Amino acid sequence: MIEHGPQKTAIMLDVNGLTQYVEIEPRRTLLDTLRIDLGLTGAKLVCNMGNCGACTVLVDGVAVYSCLTLAIECEGKRITTIEGLSEEGSLHPLQQAFVQHDALQCGFCTPGQVLAAHALLERNPQPTEAEVVEGMSGNLCRCGAYRGIVEAVLTAAKEQAVTSKPGSGKTA
Amino acid sequence: MPKVIKTTINVEGRVSEKFAIVEGVELPPWGENEELGIVGYPTPRIDGAARVSGEARYTYDVQLNGMVYARMVRAKAVSAMIGRVDVAKAKAVRGVLEIMTPENAPEIKMGSDQTHLLSSEVRFAGQPIAVVVALDPYVAADAAALIEVHYEERPFVADPEAALAEDAVKVQANKPNNLLNGKPRIKERGDIQAGFAEAEVVAEVRVTTPTALHNAFETHGCVAHWEGDQLTIYESTQHAFGVREFAAKKLELPLSKVRAVGTYMGGGFGAKFPGNAYTIIAATLAKRLRRPVHLMYDREGENLEAGNRGRTIQRVKLGAKRDGTLTAIEYNGISEGGAAMSWIPMLEGPASMMYRCPNFRSETTGVLTNLGPMAAFRAPGFVEGMVGLEAAMDELAAKVDMDPLELRRKNIPDTDQLDDKPFSSFPVAECYRRGAAAIGWERRNQRDQATAAQSNGRYRRGIGMSSQIWWGGGGPPAYAEMLLNSDGTATVMTGTQDLGTGTRTILAQVAAEELGLPLEHVNVTVGDTLQGPFGPGSGGSITTGSMTPAVRSAANDLRNNLCDIVAQMRDVPQEEIEIRGGVIYRRDEELASVKDVMGKLGDVMLTGTGSRGPNPDDVSVVTSGVQFAEVEVDTVTGQVKVLKIVAAHDSGRIMNPQTFNSQIYGGIIQGLGLALTEQRVVDTGRGAVLNPNLEFYKVPTVADVPEIENILIDIPDVKANSTGAKGAGEPGIIPTAAAIANAVANALGVRIADLPITPGRVLEALERESS
Repeated sequence: MIEHGPQKTAIMLDVNGLTQYVEIEPRRTLLDTLRIDLGLTGAKLVCNMGNCGACTVLVDGVAVYSCLTLAIECEGKRITTIEGLSEEGSLHPLQQAFVQHDALQCGFCTPGQVLAAHALLERNPQPTEAEVVEGMSGNLCRCGAYRGIVEAVLTAAKEQAVTSKPGSGKTA
Repeated sequence: MPKVIKTTINVEGRVSEKFAIVEGVELPPWGENEELGIVGYPTPRIDGAARVSGEARYTYDVQLNGMVYARMVRAKAVSAMIGRVDVAKAKAVRGVLEIMTPENAPEIKMGSDQTHLLSSEVRFAGQPIAVVVALDPYVAADAAALIEVHYEERPFVADPEAALAEDAVKVQANKPNNLLNGKPRIKERGDIQAGFAEAEVVAEVRVTTPTALHNAFETHGCVAHWEGDQLTIYESTQHAFGVREFAAKKLELPLSKVRAVGTYMGGGFGAKFPGNAYTIIAATLAKRLRRPVHLMYDREGENLEAGNRGRTIQRVKLGAKRDGTLTAIEYNGISEGGAAMSWIPMLEGPASMMYRCPNFRSETTGVLTNLGPMAAFRAPGFVEGMVGLEAAMDELAAKVDMDPLELRRKNIPDTDQLDDKPFSSFPVAECYRRGAAAIGWERRNQRDQATAAQSNGRYRRGIGMSSQIWWGGGGPPAYAEMLLNSDGTATVMTGTQDLGTGTRTILAQVAAEELGLPLEHVNVTVGDTLQGPFGPGSGGSITTGSMTPAVRSAANDLRNNLCDIVAQMRDVPQEEIEIRGGVIYRRDEELASVKDVMGKLGDVMLTGTGSRGPNPDDVSVVTSGVQFAEVEVDTVTGQVKVLKIVAAHDSGRIMNPQTFNSQIYGGIIQGLGLALTEQRVVDTGRGAVLNPNLEFYKVPTVADVPEIENILIDIPDVKANSTGAKGAGEPGIIPTAAAIANAVANALGVRIADLPITPGRVLEALERESS
């Protein structure tokens, strides 16, 4: 009879510039650790198989599907969630662009969209429209806010909204 | 003084007479040329910051002290009686608190014939048969996998056409056959035989549309929390007050002891109305365990059980004079309902309403199968029915050698043919005119003449169109309250919902406009039965038409109260007081800011109450419109690329063009999915859904989105209600698939009758054409 897997293990995670201590089973995903253990509920579970991107967070500045990432893989790496993007209550310019262009409806996929866009602009600060479309293709939106999303990312690129490395919560 | 009124309400074609209580005076409608300063201007949504920052708390995000996690165990059998359920191994898993099975489920009636919260009769694979509660979702999943269910399996039927056969296996054993209500729904007007006798030309089509899955990104579910004898249900719902009523009824609680909360929700699209067993299951388990219970479906459960737009099989036959005047419409539609169906989507709606025709007959059949049950899905019936009707109209246009748009113009109805009343407003001709200009409709005919569409090039282009008709006027009962705080800011309180549609924002706009405050001084609470009075369920595109007049009425009441106070404080005649931009004037003389006045009064709060007045008796309130699609078909790969969609919809006054656009775009993109990529795939031999996920159920991605031009018609419907606004949630999806299918037929010269129009179907059609 299988009662449980390997025991919980203690790890330290660098999340939004703060060091967090959690005791988790090795099988626990980064998404569940963030949401359940750390109360950071911005990232969402939607497809649970890496199709939709709603669970996207940044690990060392790179967008990852946190539903397919184990938390224990992330020790020693910089994790940025949507909660770490806005600073002292004011929205990051990328988030502002999402609001201005109505790049959302229900908003459930939005934290993932914003972070995927952040990673895209980090890789390619001045993307063409086609590059934005390609770069955002891993993030689904059932409400169909795609046009606003593309406009928001292009606007943020023009305003050079993403100019420094994320991870510390600082994204000047 | 509250007044009791009786009024007619139409939600998605289901007409009812309702009593409602109306408070306050009915305001004269804002006129067509009313000078408004906030309503009607593009306005970023007031809850945008919460939604982009991760701060918006959805049901799925609710975390409470001591909360535990429930997980549904779903049937693997397709049709069976459940014998023994062995939970011993599951119960032994550390961290498991409780397991509910059909044996220990409370006796609470669900649906039409279910006696207990969990049924011991399985009618489709994926039906909930047990619920595990554990300290952690991983533990719940471990335990769920250890539950052993013994089935006495029975034969099943998983194909709607097979289910119609007289000797078919019955999905619900106590029913005479698999037809909902035992027989088709028949509607008639005029004399259909005379209509066809009179016809000089007849066109007939058979089309099918697939089963579509809502795939709202937040799944169905709730969190149940007891504090003493007070129950709070957080639920991802389109109707908070409905959840309260449902929970109170099933649990035999006073309404005053139940609170329902759904302040943010991750999409509904029609499937998230109350009446779901999980609400009661979570509440029951939370009470047993004395801990809050989090019960959210997973994606697979969502796609197997939580609803779908059923597959349809349609035949449409049109009779017309040579000049295109319709003389007869005969509609026959079958709608698959799955294992439970309480109403038949109005597939015949478009055929019965869209074009003027004195002779009409329809037969619409709801058929049960051993698959997940249907649920309302964004303009249920009309999206599907429009595909059939508009295919037939294009075929008819070809037969009478008429421009398809001209044929539609010729048959614009003068009245609502369902009740013979004139429309309050029906500017469909204006939609046609502006839409046709934007797509360049004349190019279609030029190409037809040159037979360029049938050219031998690899890529073929085509243009198609479809009209739109739907309701969306809303009505009472709908209430709002307003509070003016001592700092001059105001709060709108209503129990309506914002599904992501922009409700909060337009209600803030209306309140600010009527009250004379800057928009940023108005906040709105929705989706909580303890933070506002009754609002109707957000379905049938009724929220805007129901709630904006209620809020305007409450804001007006509050404004009158404020003016009254100022008149007393400053000894000025009340009728000379105006409030603009948060400043109080006596005619043009500035008296004080609202903030100063309220501040002087100290700890006071001014209130206003309002309600939605009755609907007009003498007119029918509908929305109408058109979409045009231009496509390019790759004849080598069979791939259809939509190049452009032009939309022109009448939703009365457009309250917020920015969120209105988003609603229309969203509808178009879902319609595009139905036309080209979305379909639930079933292995009918095994009764198994093969793609209950987002990997193989293909919702459109950003790369699939064409250029979309949405033309703002923006004609206030002054007869409809005091704001002149109607709904926009469903109109946008209604014509899209029909227009794309017609565009593909125009490109290829051959019609693909089965949606979605996949590359395989395109290649098959081309092969048939060439052989």
